[in-house]
Amino acid sequence: MTTPQPPGAHLPDHPDFLWRNPEPRRSYDVVIVGGGGHGLATAHYLARNHGITNVAVLERGWLAGGNMARNTTLIRSNYLWDASAAIYEHALKLWEGLEDDLGYPILFSQRGVLNLAHTEQDVRDSVRRVEANKLNGIDAEWLSPDEVAKVCPIVNVSGDIRYPVLGATYQPRAGIAKHDYVAWGFARRADEAGIDLIQDCEVTGFTVDGDRVTGLRTSRGDIGCGTVALCAAGHTSVLLDQLGVRAPLQSHPLQALVSELLEPVHPTIVMSNAVHVYVSQAHKGELVMGAGVDSYNGYGQRGAFHIIERQMAAAVELFPVFARAHLLRTWAGIVDVTPDASPIVGRTPYDNVYLNCGWGTGGFKATPGLGWCLADTIANGEPHPYVEPFGLDRFVTGALVDEHGAAAVAH
Amino acid sequence: MQLITCPWCGPREEVEFHYGGQAHLAYPDDPAALSDEEWAHFVFFRDNPKGPFAERWSHAAGCRRWFNAVRDTRTYEFLDVYPMGQSAPEVAS
Ligand SMILES: Cc1cc2nc3c(=O)[nH]c(=O)nc-3n(C[C@H](O)[C@H](O)[C@H](O)COP(=O)(O)OP(=O)(O)OC[C@H]3O[C@@H](n4cnc5c(N)ncnc54)[C@H](O)[C@@H]3O)c2cc1C
Ligand SMILES: [Zn+2]
Repeated sequence: MTTPQPPGAHLPDHPDFLWRNPEPRRSYDVVIVGGGGHGLATAHYLARNHGITNVAVLERGWLAGGNMARNTTLIRSNYLWDASAAIYEHALKLWEGLEDDLGYPILFSQRGVLNLAHTEQDVRDSVRRVEANKLNGIDAEWLSPDEVAKVCPIVNVSGDIRYPVLGATYQPRAGIAKHDYVAWGFARRADEAGIDLIQDCEVTGFTVDGDRVTGLRTSRGDIGCGTVALCAAGHTSVLLDQLGVRAPLQSHPLQALVSELLEPVHPTIVMSNAVHVYVSQAHKGELVMGAGVDSYNGYGQRGAFHIIERQMAAAVELFPVFARAHLLRTWAGIVDVTPDASPIVGRTPYDNVYLNCGWGTGGFKATPGLGWCLADTIANGEPHPYVEPFGLDRFVTGALVDEHGAAAVAH
Repeated sequence: MQLITCPWCGPREEVEFHYGGQAHLAYPDDPAALSDEEWAHFVFFRDNPKGPFAERWSHAAGCRRWFNAVRDTRTYEFLDVYPMGQSAPEVAS
């Protein structure tokens, strides 16, 4: 007989050493603003792929305490458009080898994602997306309601609910990872390479000389820079306002919540655009749920209660087994959304300033892929081909990457 | 859930309202004269301040009328509500 284990007993212990806590130097070749997943991954790949280590990551709070600590960790690459498929699939391939690369556990669990269809139009859009995914070499299948029930037996596939499940797309290689461990893994590697991770250091302004930024004003003094990369997620507009640059970004609260710990009941990830809830079960056993953004702009890191009420109602209808689960905790992050629901990465009007923002509700999954491509962009002074379609200029040329109506919920 | 004051109906629950984004955006006077860049800014680019923001709301489940409000995006507190067509109060800047 095996002794019962408490939930989470199989999780790795926290290491006793994470990273140094250095004083900022007077200047760096590269300064990354924002110590979330994207900033840290960019730092790691600058060192690993390009040997660039005279780098600082400036974080106004504590490392990876922004959206990196608040997201629901869904990782998938089943986006419709070629440009999105390329960057998210590049990321997914990196996720598949990341534990080895970082020498650190990240608990990447490829348990698959179901994106449910509830209307005839959902079905057509979904089948179209499956075919587009296949053409891009991405694993994707269309499943009937019975097949959905085989992958995830607790989904209510009966025909008599308000929005019956008419089928789902399935990406078996999709999954979740432990977000804190991902951040710590990148941070430890960057730190080992000699990169300074500076916490409690808010960037409040810039010194500008013509079309170059020569330094950053911070709550810990002025810091000179060769190149600047903005990785500040929901706060990017605040920084761009300081630079006199406009970008089509709107910051919104995005909420998530977890239940108490439950025994394993939910083997995969289920997302539904129409009723707008998505659910997975964390490694320890909490049900992790999210939905869409709160409608209004906000920077308050909290959202409205009625959003939670609606997503819970949707969840209970889809998963009747959840009706008795207790809600343990809710929280929000601030995400920056763009008109075409795709990120903005690349050049700014300043020669030595690169932008990385607008990942909105879905940037966690891109973390290694974006870090790889942004590091390459910084090292070569040219947008990496995978981020090239996501430049700010697309809003003028009209070459949008319109994922909003294409890739189901964005997360 | 917070109460939002409709200028016509008074305080009502947030769920009755629909958010309309930034206020005081005028359709271009001479659309044909706009460059691609100016069009892009009219169509896609909006302010996104951390602080007071003048924005449009509609009392969708009540009188169904639009109005303007100044709301602090840090606290979500409504600082003022005022009818469409009236210019933004001081508090917006
Ligand atoms: C509730 C929720 C659920 C989500 N679920 C998913 C999901 O399931 N899958 C997925 O792919 N994505 C998801 N996301 C989105 C994802 O979290 C973000 O797109 C992604 O984290 C953004 O990149 P980042 O990690 O660098 O951002 P962040 O972790 O937010 O990093 C930005 C950092 O910049 C810092 N900063 C800001 N301004 C300054 C300044 N002036 N000076 C210094 N530092 C500054 C912030 O403190 C912050 O730490 C979710 C987000 C939320 C909020
Ligand atoms: Zn009214």
